[in-house]
Formats: sequence, structure tokens, C-alpha cells
Amino acid sequence: MAKVFIYPATSLILSDLVARFGHEPLGSAVAIREHIQTPGFDSPPIQMTSDDPQKGLKWAAVEVPSGIRGRMSLYGPMVEEAEAAIIIDEPDLAFGCMGCARTNELLCFMLRERDIPRLELRYPTSKEEGVTFVAAIKEFLAELEVKKHE
Amino acid sequence: MSEQPVRIAQITCGAEYSGIQNEITTAAETVGGKMFYPDVALKDVKRAYKDFGLPVKSPDLKLAIARTQAIVEGRIEADGIFIASCFRCAEAAIVRNELRRYIVENSRIPVVSYSFNERTGSSTLLTRLEALTTIARRRSLMAREVQVGTTMGVDSGSSTTKCIIMQDDKIIGTGWRPTTEVLKSADEVVALALEESGLRISDIQATATTGYGRFLVGKHLKADLVQEELTVNSKGAVYLAGAQKGFATVIDIGGMDNKAISVNDGIPGSFTMGGICAGASGRFLEMTAKRLDVDITELGALSMKSDGGENVPMNSYCIVFGTQSLVNALAAGYSREDVAAAACHSVAQQVYEQQLQEVDIKEPVIMVGGSSLIQGLVRAMGRMLNTEVVVPHHSQYIGATGGALLSSGFIDKKKEA
Repeated sequence: MAKVFIYPATSLILSDLVARFGHEPLGSAVAIREHIQTPGFDSPPIQMTSDDPQKGLKWAAVEVPSGIRGRMSLYGPMVEEAEAAIIIDEPDLAFGCMGCARTNELLCFMLRERDIPRLELRYPTSKEEGVTFVAAIKEFLAELEVKKHE
Repeated sequence: MSEQPVRIAQITCGAEYSGIQNEITTAAETVGGKMFYPDVALKDVKRAYKDFGLPVKSPDLKLAIARTQAIVEGRIEADGIFIASCFRCAEAAIVRNELRRYIVENSRIPVVSYSFNERTGSSTLLTRLEALTTIARRRSLMAREVQVGTTMGVDSGSSTTKCIIMQDDKIIGTGWRPTTEVLKSADEVVALALEESGLRISDIQATATTGYGRFLVGKHLKADLVQEELTVNSKGAVYLAGAQKGFATVIDIGGMDNKAISVNDGIPGSFTMGGICAGASGRFLEMTAKRLDVDITELGALSMKSDGGENVPMNSYCIVFGTQSLVNALAAGYSREDVAAAACHSVAQQVYEQQLQEVDIKEPVIMVGGSSLIQGLVRAMGRMLNTEVVVPHHSQYIGATGGALLSSGFIDKKKEA
């Protein structure tokens, strides 16, 4: 089993696919669940406090807008923890959307910088492309398992 | 029975990730408002984004466009709109500005826009959200055009405290003092205004307080109306300028922050409050006066002896750098008159660049507050906006006048009680 960072990190379909093939998906659900379940926080809706953008300084400079740094405080540790990554380019909003384009650019760059297996795919626009899309993800995840055992 | 909360639609793209969502919610609740996220379907997002025509990359900004369109088209009801995005985000700033413009042009829903960082606290947002809830809740009070009976308004500002007593639509007493101890200064200006009017405190039928010290002074004076300065100042400004009907723009360069308010029929439509630094406020002009060894009341006359001071390098983006420019200009041999005018020009420029971009400038442009008595500042603003700026009589008492005017609405209520 490998820890696979998914982009868009909000994608339930992608998260489910990774889990179905026996790996651990790293995405928004994990990061936000941890925040919500941490005792002592009371800042709805996702229990982030003004400390989080400051933690985000590890991945983005102080000139970077606070919303980006706040997001990076969620995703940064997961990117560092990831053993593989799947990046879907130009996804449909319904597939999973990441709110801030600048965060997304930084996130994808950080994933490309890491020396880990990475699958980058364009979001499918037809049924045929959809089949190929799922097959490619399946193949990537299956190979990941083999690599882990080697 | 308590009033229903004012429903304020939150159009933001990162407030929760900036860790300030609780601050926004708290500020709204403090002033009887309730923030809500307008719900829109996925198909609405796609349609709205396409209709609006502004190509943006961030999905949250596409969502913001759809939410705004749903409110403007009446599919979602909101009493006010709060648009905010991260400070320093160019894409969001463009969207924020265009959405604000779209709301103002296509609806009568009051809107305030703001750029936040992780340090934004509820106290910073309080006055802005209070103005939003006031406009939504007290439209009938805001529509008052004539003062009746004998009423008093006290404006407890950051630099000065002012009092106005009005009787039958006329100002009959004024009081002005620098703000030292909030209550002491308030008592002094009330005493001055009473003395000038020849009245006693028991003759006053209704009282309003506004400004930073409004809550404390309001409790002390048992005020009928305790109101933030954005709505009160805009009401006072259009009243004194005789511009109660139609559009107007009110600019108030204060001691600590500035207000730019777009008014329609005496009711603010959109407004902005703040400033990047004290260098864009009256505080910089106070420092200038001190450095030039003139009283602040003489700074205006001194600056008018220069033709504008545009040739003097001065940038008061930050009050420390501004002071540095001031000292450098004097050391370079520029005259005191030119430096005084340059300081006025610099403040006007900062207000123009930082704030007036956030409201729609519509004539007449009315300048109010103590700084409107500095002629050089009014001239600089007029040149910047290419218009004749109106400075009504008693412009330094604008908040107190607006308070006295609006509080007369409480006289009948008291009689009924």
C-alpha cells in the first residue's frame, strides 16, 4: 500500500479509486477531518484558525495571500508524506474542484518536484476517454503495488 | 420580540482558509446580522460564469460569480452582501471589484467589499457589517430628510469629539474638542453645544452617538440611537450639501481611517473604509503641520499659497516613509508652502489609489470631516477626480449632524411609549 496524493484533492471519485486498489488516498477529506477532530478548535466551517496561514509559511512566502498559506498548511504536510501522486489537469467542477488557482499551481509544482511516481492525466471529455482514463489510473496503481514489493 | 437577524450573503473565496471565518461570523452576530453562503447548483455555476464573461481560473471565484448572480436575479434573498478576498490576490481583486460594480448597477442591495489577511479581527469588520445591517434594517429611518424637534448628535471620533444640537431643521449649537478621555471629551462638547444653543440637557428630546466611542458615550448619554459612522456620515453629508436625492459620493478622510461612500437617495449603496496606513489619513497632515510648525487649522491656508506641490517628491503610502519624504523635501530646499501642498496631494493620491477605486464615483463629490477644512486637500482631491468638490457648511460636524437628524425619528416613538 502506498500513500497517494490526489489532485484535485477534493475528488471523491479519485479518492475512491485509490482506495479500491488498496492504497491510501491523501486528499482534502483527510486534512480537514484531522482539523475538525482536533480538540480545542472552534472556528467553523473547517476549524482553521489564524495560526494556520502562519504554519503555511513553510511552503509559501509571507507575500503570498493568507488563503493560499492556509490551504498549504493543510496540503503541504500531505505532499511531503506522499509516496505517489495522481494529477488530473483541467478537471470538471463536478469531478472535484480546488478553490484557489494559485494554490493549485503551487501544489502541482510541489508534487512535480518530489521524486515519487506520478501520473498526470487530462480530464476525459468522452465515454471512450473516460474508459482509458480509469484504465490508466488502474494500471498506475497496480504498478505502484509491484514497485513497493520490489 | 427581538428583531430577525439581517441576512448577509458571504461572497468570499478563502476566508475559512485564512482562519478568519469565526471573526466574520462574530462581527455579523454582534450587529444583529447572520452570514450565510448562498447555495447554488453546479449548472448555475457554469451558466453564471459563462454569462458574466470574466475569465477566471479559481473555482471559488467562479462560485462567487454564481452566488452573486443568484442574489441579483432574486433567486436567493439577501439583505446585504459582503464580498471579501485575500489581500494581495490580483485575480480575486478583479472579481471582487467587478462583482461589486455588478451588484450596485443591478440591484439596491447594500454591498461592502474587503480584502483580508489572517490578522483580520472581528473588531475591524464590525463597523462595516454594522453599516450593512443598518442600511438593511433602518431604511425608513435613513430616508428621513428633515430634522424635527430638539435633538443632539455626538460624534466621538479617534482624533476629535463633536456635538451638534438641532432644532426644527436648524443647527443651533456646536461643540468641538480633541478626543482625550472619551467620556470627558464628550461631556465637554455637549456642554459647549448646550451653552451655544441656550438650552439645558433636559430640553433635548432625542440623542444619537456615532464614531469610535459611540457605545461608551451612547451608554453614558442614554442615547436613543448608537450608530456607526458610515451611514450617519453619509446622511449628514447629503443633508448639509442639499443632495438628498439622487447619487452622491461622500469622502471622509479621518484621523485614523478614511471612508468613501457611494450614496443613492441618502442611503449608502457601497462603501469602503480603511486605508493601508495612517499615511493616507488626516494623521499625516497633523504630523505635517507639526513639522512645519503651524497649527493644523492653518495648514490649509499655507498649502493654498503653493500651486499644488505636485513637483515635490512625496509618498505617504506609509506614514514613516511619508515623514521621511517630508523631511527630505524640506532639506532639499522646497518651501513650506510647497511641502504643505505636497502633503495634501500625497494624502489625496493615497485615498484615490487605495479606496476610491472600490466605490463608483458619482457627482456631487462631497468631502466631510475635519480634514475637509484643509483647502489644499480638497483642491488636490478635486484635481485628482477632475471635479468641483463640495464642502458643505459644518462639514467637520457631519457625523454629529447626521446623528441629530436621524435621532429625531425617535421622538415620535418616545411619545407613543
